[in-house]
Parts: sequence; structure tokens; C-alpha cells
Amino acid sequence: MSTVVAPIAGVSTSEPNFYARKGIASWLLTTDHKRIGILYLTSMMTFFLVGMTFGVFMRLEHLSMGPTIMKPTTYNALFTLHGVMMIFLFVIPGLSAVFGNFFLPIMIGAKDVAFPRLNLLSWYLFMTGATVSLSSLFTGSGPPDTGWSFYVPYSVRTGTNVTMAVFGVFLIGFSSIITGLNFITTMHRLRTKGMNWMRMPLFPWALYATAWVQVLATPILGITLLLVMLERLFHLGIFDPSIGGDPILYQHLFWTYSHPAVYIMILPAMGAISEIIPTFAHRTIFGYRAIVLSSMGIAAIGSLVWAHHMFTSGMSEFAIVVFSLLTFLVSIPSAIKVFNWVATLYKGSVELRSPMLFALAFVFLFSIGGLTGLFQGALAVNVHVHDTYFIVGHFHYVMFGGTGFAFFAALHYWYPKMFGRMYSERTAIVAFVHIFVGFNLLYFTFLILGLQGMPRRYYDHLPRFHTGHIWATIGSWIMVAGLLLMVANLVRGLFRKTTVPANPWGGVTLEWTVPSPPPTENFAVLPVITERAYTFNPAAKEPA
Amino acid sequence: MSVSAEPQTADPGSEHAGEHRDYVGAKLGMWIFVFTELILFGGLFVAYGMYRSMHAHDFHKASGELNLTLGVINTVVLLTSSLTMVLSIVAIRLQRKRQSMLFLACTMLLGAIFLVNKFFEWKAKFRHGVYPGSEHLMARPPGERLFFGLYFGMTGLHGLHVTVGVVVMSVMLALLARNRIHHSDFIKLENTGLYWHLVDIIWIFLLPLFYLAA
Repeated sequence: MSTVVAPIAGVSTSEPNFYARKGIASWLLTTDHKRIGILYLTSMMTFFLVGMTFGVFMRLEHLSMGPTIMKPTTYNALFTLHGVMMIFLFVIPGLSAVFGNFFLPIMIGAKDVAFPRLNLLSWYLFMTGATVSLSSLFTGSGPPDTGWSFYVPYSVRTGTNVTMAVFGVFLIGFSSIITGLNFITTMHRLRTKGMNWMRMPLFPWALYATAWVQVLATPILGITLLLVMLERLFHLGIFDPSIGGDPILYQHLFWTYSHPAVYIMILPAMGAISEIIPTFAHRTIFGYRAIVLSSMGIAAIGSLVWAHHMFTSGMSEFAIVVFSLLTFLVSIPSAIKVFNWVATLYKGSVELRSPMLFALAFVFLFSIGGLTGLFQGALAVNVHVHDTYFIVGHFHYVMFGGTGFAFFAALHYWYPKMFGRMYSERTAIVAFVHIFVGFNLLYFTFLILGLQGMPRRYYDHLPRFHTGHIWATIGSWIMVAGLLLMVANLVRGLFRKTTVPANPWGGVTLEWTVPSPPPTENFAVLPVITERAYTFNPAAKEPA
Repeated sequence: MSVSAEPQTADPGSEHAGEHRDYVGAKLGMWIFVFTELILFGGLFVAYGMYRSMHAHDFHKASGELNLTLGVINTVVLLTSSLTMVLSIVAIRLQRKRQSMLFLACTMLLGAIFLVNKFFEWKAKFRHGVYPGSEHLMARPPGERLFFGLYFGMTGLHGLHVTVGVVVMSVMLALLARNRIHHSDFIKLENTGLYWHLVDIIWIFLLPLFYLAA
């Protein structure tokens, strides 16, 4: 990968970088994949902070027993909106929309994605969907209170503003489909000369697997949500038991999308980790081929496990056993990746910079998330922990400890490339320690509370859960302090004077061969690839 | 859910002036989009299959109430429109712009005829009190309610796709008139054609499932 014919850095430093064009219109009408990535990043960080605030309020409510700062209905609205924002506006689109848009074309040696205008359209659909689902808070007859999964029949009966929230999610799903379609076509058509499939870096590979899941699973969510809307507006009856429909069908259709969506969330995260670990271990990735195949394996098997969300909903015994087996199978490719990352570290010269710390935390937290997932794949345990805080703890370990940490790892890793500036490394590490400690205090306590029997989605708790809730709330304060410090550090970094070189970390993928920030056209001359990815050359690191 | 007409190659002079037109890429993108549409309808087909196996008798009975004649006429109309669509693409490849526009206009007209037929069909049902949530329908067995729920849902979503198709074709007509689509760059028209055939083939499945189930 390191072999490039033209002296790219030399040629393109004379070109203005992609920030050169000024004015609001140059951003709102841009078709530059890098600018669209930045647009996504700003909007998503905003949504993340709003969603985080909802979470903090929920934790505060649990600090003492009984209704304190909110009524039960407010709590219901909060966990619904927290879920909708975090899942549909941050975790699902996160890494692929932000870093995928920014880095996929550069990493495969292309000047842009295959359909630049569709790319911009996808951002507009995303923003429209976000606006619509958020305005459901303030319009109609009250904020939706169904939880992010919009289960029927309650979502059809409740008087709150579910239709609007559902429509917003529908639009966001459409935006996700367009991104997936765009990435698949980009990777099939625009890889540079010599960049054959097995020379492609692992982040693009992960995006490729993700894109297929996005394209094939999201339409199911589309039709399911459309039916919920039709049900509410016209009483179609497909899901409404009072007309003859079957709510279990809704659950099947919903999870046929929403479980693969978990892999839409985690696959790009795994891809980013597969970039960061070799860079900071200064060593080629262990088992490139196995990681590629496991990405595709996760995408394929992950599409066949949805009904493990429904073990207690009333399915045939046979179906339950089959889905339990498939659930265990999907842990194999995930574990392969973890082993490969650890093996990459072995005998590497590991450099513990802030992106690497987030990446290592990812491996640790994702492993806990994955292993607690196996608990629930086991039928007997599943019935016991169903609808408890154990589930909440588990999916926060996967989604936040997994995807969230990978997002922050990727943000710290690619920040100098995206902005041409550097954050304070010391502050980044302080923030990381707070986030990591707070996270575990908060969510590991959730796992324990869940095993003790604390049910999810209740605004209040019994006295015997009180100590656990206090610890969790304290954990949430530490974590939020860390997150705010991290965001402040990243924002402050933008205003620093010093610029960064093209390759501050000593990375070997193509994005480190172009200036920071990259020029509009990415490459003055398209590179020609003659080696496989992650071929490290110790001399490549420039003085910082 | 259609953006089939979305311009898929950038104009010269935009931010990426050096962009080349990628015929294969544009077509690949469209095929993937067609897949997503199939899966979108797939959810409804799953619901249909499940409820029909649960309420076979009710479905059989309710199906007899649909107007088979109108259904068959609409099938012929839509199949013919797919033919004119193909002819329009062939014509532009042979540099016969007027002919291409004429065939495209025919396709739009046939699409509109389909929608008008559908309108009268729905109107007749509504007049008999058969619409989702109506008292008349609620008095009937659950299987029949579900049949009509699915009928209005699926033909409604299909009708929406036909409408979008006609709108997209009117854009293509304008592009043809301004020579933005010509014999060496006709991928937009061809992708519109792909979309239109998708709409067509979904109808080919809807016809037996609803009209011929009796």
C-alpha cells in the first residue's frame, strides 16, 4: 500500500484544501464527500449531546425513589426519545455516514463517491427525518411514549404523537439506504488501479458489508413503519388485533431490520478499530483475510437471528431453538475479530495514544457486551433476564462501549486528517479515563441490577435496588463529565494555530498520503497500488 | 420511495469537474435500488402470505368481490406501457429523439390510465362501504377485513409508485427535449425504464394474489 507512483504530497500541497471555498451555500449545496462527512459529524454530535442529556435526566430521576424531577409519562417520553435519537440519529448512521463518507473514497483512491448528489440528498433526508421526529416532542398530543421499538398494539392505540416520530425514522431509513447504495457502487466502480478487493483496507471492507445490510434490511423497517402509520391513520388492521391483525408479525418485521441494524452499528466500528490497532501497534494486521470474511459472515448470519428478541413473545419451541442456535453462531465471527486484534498487538510496538486507548477500551467493552449477549442467547437465562436492566446494560456495552467508543476512537484518530489541527493529547486522555470509568460504573451496575430483577423502563424502583441506582447515577456523572471534556477538547483543537503533517501517526493507508486537510480533489494524481494493505515501513513516520 | 430520476452523474463545472460518466456504475446503483423496492413490498407479501394461510376461506370469499375485468384491463395497460418504455429507450439509442419522446409520452399516458382505473375501482369499493376501518367492514370476519386492509395497502403503495413513475417520466421528457438525454448518454432514461418494469412486475404479482384468489 505504501508504494505510490506520483510524489503526491509534493504535488498537491499547492492546491487549496477542501475548506477553501467559503460561505453557507458552499456547504449546504456541496457534493464533496468530505464536506458531507463534516456535515454529518456536526449534526450527529449535536444529536448525541441531546440524547445524552435525556439519559442524564433519566439517571437523575432514579437517584431517589418516587417521582422527583419528573412524572412517569415524562420518563416514558424520555426513554423513547433517548432511544430514537441515539439509535437512529447517532449509532446506526454514525461511523459510516461520518467517517465512511469522509474516508472511503480516499482509502480506495477515488476522488469522490459514485453518486455525489445522492450523497447530499441522503444528508438532507437525514436532517429532515431528524427534524420531523424531534418535532414530535412539541407538536400534536404529547411526545411519543412507546420506546424506540414502537411495539404494536400500544403504538397504534396511544394518543401521543407516534405517527410523526415514526415518519421521521422512515425518512432516516431512506437516507441510510441511499448511503449504502452509494458505498457499494463506489467500491465496485471507483477503486484505483491496483486496489483489488484483497488489497482494500479493512474499514472500506467493513463499510461494504454494512452497506449490504443497510440496503437489504432497511426497506423492511420502511414498510413496517409505513404500516404503523397507515394503521394509526386508516385502521388498516395488519397489526391491530382488534381488527384481526397479529402484533407478533410486527415484532418479526421490526426485528428483521432492527437486529441486522445492530450489525450496521457495529461493523463499521470494527472496521475503524482494524485501522487504528495496526497503526498504533506499528505492525501489519493479523489475519487480514479472516477479518474480511468475518465481516461478511457477521452480515450474513446477523440477518438470520432477529427472533432472539422475541423468545418470550410466543413463538413455537422449534423456532426458538433455531434462533438460539443461530445467535450462538454469530458470536464466532465476532470473536475471530477480537482474537485478530489481540494477535496484532502481540510483538507490536504499541503506542498508547488517545485513539489507541479508545480502541483498546472498545475491544474490552465490546467483549463484555458480546459475552452478556451470549447469556441471552441461552434460552433459560433469557427468560430470567428478559426486560430487565441486564438487557439495558448489555446493549449499552455493545452500542456505546462498542460503537460509541469506536466512534470516539475514529474521531481522535482521523481528527488531524479531517481538520488539519490537533487536539490536546493530555486532555484527551483525561477525558478518556473519565468516560471509561464512568461508563463501567454506570452500565456494569446495570448488569447487576438486572440480575437482581430491576425491570427496565420504570421511572421508579424498589428500595432493594436503591444502592445500585445511586452508583449508576454517580457513574453517569463521571462519564458525562468525561464526554463534555472530550467534546470541549476537540472543539478547542480547531482553533489552535499549529498545523499537522500529512501523516502524524505513521499510518500506511492512503488517507495518510494526502495533505491534512485533503485537497478538494483528494489526489493530484490517482495512486497506483502494488502491495497489500498494512505493509509497514518504519521510515514512513514524519516528525510531528 | 423512489429517487430513480436522481441525476447520477455530476455536471461539468461542478465541484468535481473531472468526473467521468459511469454507465455501469449508474446501472448498478439502480439495480440495488430496485432490490430495496422489492424488499419493501416483500414485507407486505409476507403479511399477505401469513394471513392468507390463516384465513384461506375469508380471502377466497373477499377476493370474489374485486372487479376482475378492471384488474385485467389494468394489467394489459401496464404491460403495454412497459413495451412503450422499452421502445422509447431503443429509439433514443437510434438517435430518433421525436420517436423516443412520443413513446415516453405514451408510457406516461398508460400509467395515467392505470391510475384512473384504479381510482374508479377504489371509489366503487368506498361507495359500498368497503374501506379500512369502515363499519361495514368491521362487521365482517377478520380474514375479510385483513384482505381488504392488505388490498388497499398494497395497491395503494403500488399506485403511489406508479404516480412517482409518471412524475419521473415527465422529468425525463423534459431532459429529452433539451437534449440532456441523447444517444450516447441515456442512462437516466434506462434507469427510469428499470424502475417502471419493477412497478410492472409488482403488479403482475398483485393481480393473482388479489383478483384471482377467488
